[in-house]
Amino acid sequence: MSTGLIIIGCLILIVIVVVQIGKVTELAAKIRGEEEVQLESNRRNGLLMLVFMVVFLVYCVWSAMHYKNWMLGYGPHEAASAHGGVLDSLFNVTLFFTGIVFIITHIALFWFAYKYHGRKGVISTFIPHDNKLEIIWTAVPAVVMCFLVIRGLVAWNEVMGDVSDSGEDYMEIEATGSQFLWYLRYPGPDGKLGARDYKMITGKNPLGQDWTDDKNLDDFQPNDIVLPVGKKIRVRITARDVLHNFFLPHFRVKMDAVPGMPTYFVFTPIKTTEEYRQELRKYPEYQQPTDPKDPTSEPLWKTFNYELACAELCGKGHFSMRKLVRIVSEDEYNAWLKEQQSYYMSSIRGSDEDPRKDELLGIEIEQRKQDFNLAVEKALAAEKADEKIIRLNYVTFETGSANLTALSKYELDNIVATLNKFPNMTIEVAGHTDNEGEDAANLFLSDNRAKAVYNYLTGKGILQSRLTAKGYGENRPIDTNDTEEGRAKNRRTEFQILTQ
Amino acid sequence: MATVTTTAPAVQEEKLIEELGFDDHFHEHEHGDKYKSNFITKYIFSMDHKIIARQFLITGMIWAIIGAGMSIIFRMQLGFPEESMAWLRPLLGKWIEINPDTGVGTLAPEFYYALVTMHGTIIVFFVLTAGLSGTFSNLLIPLQLGARDMASPFLNMLSYWFFFLSSVIMFYSLFLSTGPFAGGWVAYPPLSALPQASDGSGTGMTLWTLSLVFFVVSVALGGVNYVTTVLNMRTKGMNMWRMPLTIWAFFVTAILALLSFPVLVSGFLLLMFDRGMGTSFYLSEIFIGGQALDHVGGSPILYQHLFWFLGHPEVYIIILPAMGLVSEVLSVHCRKPIFGYKAMVFSILAIGFLSFIVWAHHMFMSGVNPFISNFFVIFTLIIAVPSAVKVFNWISTMYKANIRYNAASLFAIGFVSMFISGGLTGIFLGNSAIDIQMHDTYFVVAHFHIVMGIAAFFGMFAGVYNWFPKMFGRYMNDTLGKIHFWGTIVGAYAIFWPMHYLGMAGVPRRYYRFDNFDTFSHFATMNQFITIAAILTFGFQILMVINFFYSIWKGKKVTTQNPWGATTIEWTTPVRPGHGNWPGKLPTVQRWAYDYGKNGREFIPQVEPLKEGEGDQGH
Repeated sequence: MSTGLIIIGCLILIVIVVVQIGKVTELAAKIRGEEEVQLESNRRNGLLMLVFMVVFLVYCVWSAMHYKNWMLGYGPHEAASAHGGVLDSLFNVTLFFTGIVFIITHIALFWFAYKYHGRKGVISTFIPHDNKLEIIWTAVPAVVMCFLVIRGLVAWNEVMGDVSDSGEDYMEIEATGSQFLWYLRYPGPDGKLGARDYKMITGKNPLGQDWTDDKNLDDFQPNDIVLPVGKKIRVRITARDVLHNFFLPHFRVKMDAVPGMPTYFVFTPIKTTEEYRQELRKYPEYQQPTDPKDPTSEPLWKTFNYELACAELCGKGHFSMRKLVRIVSEDEYNAWLKEQQSYYMSSIRGSDEDPRKDELLGIEIEQRKQDFNLAVEKALAAEKADEKIIRLNYVTFETGSANLTALSKYELDNIVATLNKFPNMTIEVAGHTDNEGEDAANLFLSDNRAKAVYNYLTGKGILQSRLTAKGYGENRPIDTNDTEEGRAKNRRTEFQILTQ
Repeated sequence: MATVTTTAPAVQEEKLIEELGFDDHFHEHEHGDKYKSNFITKYIFSMDHKIIARQFLITGMIWAIIGAGMSIIFRMQLGFPEESMAWLRPLLGKWIEINPDTGVGTLAPEFYYALVTMHGTIIVFFVLTAGLSGTFSNLLIPLQLGARDMASPFLNMLSYWFFFLSSVIMFYSLFLSTGPFAGGWVAYPPLSALPQASDGSGTGMTLWTLSLVFFVVSVALGGVNYVTTVLNMRTKGMNMWRMPLTIWAFFVTAILALLSFPVLVSGFLLLMFDRGMGTSFYLSEIFIGGQALDHVGGSPILYQHLFWFLGHPEVYIIILPAMGLVSEVLSVHCRKPIFGYKAMVFSILAIGFLSFIVWAHHMFMSGVNPFISNFFVIFTLIIAVPSAVKVFNWISTMYKANIRYNAASLFAIGFVSMFISGGLTGIFLGNSAIDIQMHDTYFVVAHFHIVMGIAAFFGMFAGVYNWFPKMFGRYMNDTLGKIHFWGTIVGAYAIFWPMHYLGMAGVPRRYYRFDNFDTFSHFATMNQFITIAAILTFGFQILMVINFFYSIWKGKKVTTQNPWGATTIEWTTPVRPGHGNWPGKLPTVQRWAYDYGKNGREFIPQVEPLKEGEGDQGH
């Protein structure tokens, strides 16, 4: 309350002071004679114009010196992309011409303002126009503009030209703006980004990738943009909700992200993060500690990073859409690439959202076949009978029944292949359960499950004489039945090589 | 330079009107004075163009204080993000979020964006369109052309009241619990179309759109009037080449407004369909709020085209009247004809024409086909030529002049400086290749604030100080006016000049804080400097407001009809002109508007006939 009163009091005071200044000056003018006051004012303000000109031009030059590190193309603020230097030099050429015009016009403006301030008994010169002068100062800007337009458009068409049809070697990545973060997507080993449909977006599938498209299966979504130096990059830019803008300040890259319409920007990074840091290191401003209060903290150059920002208003979190950009050597890039896991494999595979839940991917089939063959080899070489047992982890049944799940067939086909490879081999298929439920029921179920495998194998042309099937119920646990983990292990199907 | 001969006293001008004037028998008809009947019809629902001009001006000033005050609040956030703003709680309520542990109050991000949006909308439309063009077109078109009033005083009155209605709706939207619209003054969909995208895009956006539609009605009614009046109601002898540059500027401005604002309304209409009726003009493939929307096939870029088809002419709708006012004020106080009058007129026409074919230079980085941008680069940079001609002509006007310094002439000179500084940076931005880096950074903020914000305000101030005696029969205090000028020009450059460097560093505009990014966080000191400069500059504007209202009632009285010794005919009316402007006959015009320093005379009024063998520039 009291602060309110103080504020109101101050405001009233200001009004009174202002009004009084006004009154006093008018009174003084009356006493001194208004013409005299006007002439005095002309002289004083003419002089002030001159002072202003000097101060202003000094301010312009001083501030440019002070912020020289942010002048485009200068020292620490050099472009890190192949095309960036062209834009920077275009900026500087424009700065040169406009700078000349700026200084000349300002000197003329304020000099005239000083020189021709109103004097007593003087009449201005009647100069309504001068055609020659006017033609000159129409033509000169027109010529300069032509020069700037031509340079600008050459650069523009060069930078904005697309690469997709040119046959050039390039790498495509994708950035998707969303309130308020970026999703990044790399094409994976196949080099191709998979199809997307915004209607397929879920919490688990933030980009609406269509998992029935094979190209999607190896796409990965890294946290940072990591790119090899010297490689042409085509960024596919999209948005999920509202407009965003993909802005890489150090690379002179900027393009709106528009929902429903992918846009592109092609650029080539030419300096690795480390190289850029080394360049910054030369400048004393970057040798300062990161935290001014702590002189032992890392110097600024060392903590430098390229960044991705959003440059189109997208809502209340617009200012926070940051991603780290790392430019690395080809080798480092390849090493990094190896560590990346396909988003499908890490987050979608086997979940409810996976349309391929009931089938194995080629790579998985191959992997399991290898594992299986390895296990068979080991069993063949083993001496003891209980080491000749091969557990069939991938053979599973629907809960409480003896119906094989669809995915079981891949493992069973591996058995078929093995039996065909070793024509003398005979095996016993065994079913096991945990100790939940009635003993008799468990025995019955395990027997039936073993038979189901038996039936599958005979159905594939394996002679019945080579096979036996037996259910052991809960009698042969391989782990404790007291934990769910143990019980899961005990519920199993396996086979034992009897003769080989 | 010759010696002074006696200035023609105003009495002589009255005699000339009596002798040569055109008698339209205005005061013999009863309707001549019927508007004086009572307070309400005289001051509120007035049809007198001079009262309507004052209404526009004062409404505009109130909006200017609100709009500039908003910028002070968000500048405090940008300059001093760590300082507590809890003391603003009585004013802003829940928009100041108090940290329960430290007690530090900060501006809520969504309200920051609402302030930025409202600041832009208010200053662009309500202050620099209605407050500037509305005020001076209304005041000067009839007075400088020798008309009794506008072609349709009734539509003119409606024009103000639609503006008023629009103002009320916008003002009301500031108090919504979800806040006013917060998606930027350009209101790009989908952000503006979807309430899920931003709190302000719900009711706030509905009211924002409604308000601006009424605003366009106001502009259209005003514009029809200005064009008709200029074409049909010039007094005898006032051919087009004898019109002062103010009138040329208002005339072209009105044409631009009439051609471009309706496109904005159509753009808004489609936006409303998308918002309320499930159409997909601007929306496509959107997943928001955990939901995939049905809209497919629309394009947000279509809206941008429609918006900027208005939006670009709009900046000339703002700056042309300011240019006109400055040309006039500069010439009057330099006591010298405006240099290259015809070149000035042609450059106004050229700028007006070109302003319609450059709109997509706002959209170089929007995802439009880069090939199309080639044309817009060419046309955009061509605008630099007529603009340069105007600048050179203003400077030449001062050459060998005899400048009378007062607040009006100071602001006119300040305008030229601002227009140069801001115009030159336009050459960077208009070149699409440079725009790749500069687009939507502080470089753009610096550019347009200097060239169409500050410059337009300077033109407006020049106009207010110069024609205040005509509006209110009193002077504004000139000392305060000069303090206002020097404070404002220094302050304005202190605010906006450093922003160029921010832009070069790539700092994006419309950021609530800069410390999320290493790249943008180097400028804390500069941001503090800018904020302090903004607060001080705002203080100088308050000075002007006090001066303005004090002078309306207590200012020094105008005692002569033509206090500035101007040639134009608004100064041949009585000191306080009644409805109908001239008490007797209408003045007839004998010469162009810029006979200053001719034939050894300080000025020759437009009503004075040409002497035998005397050449006239206006034909």
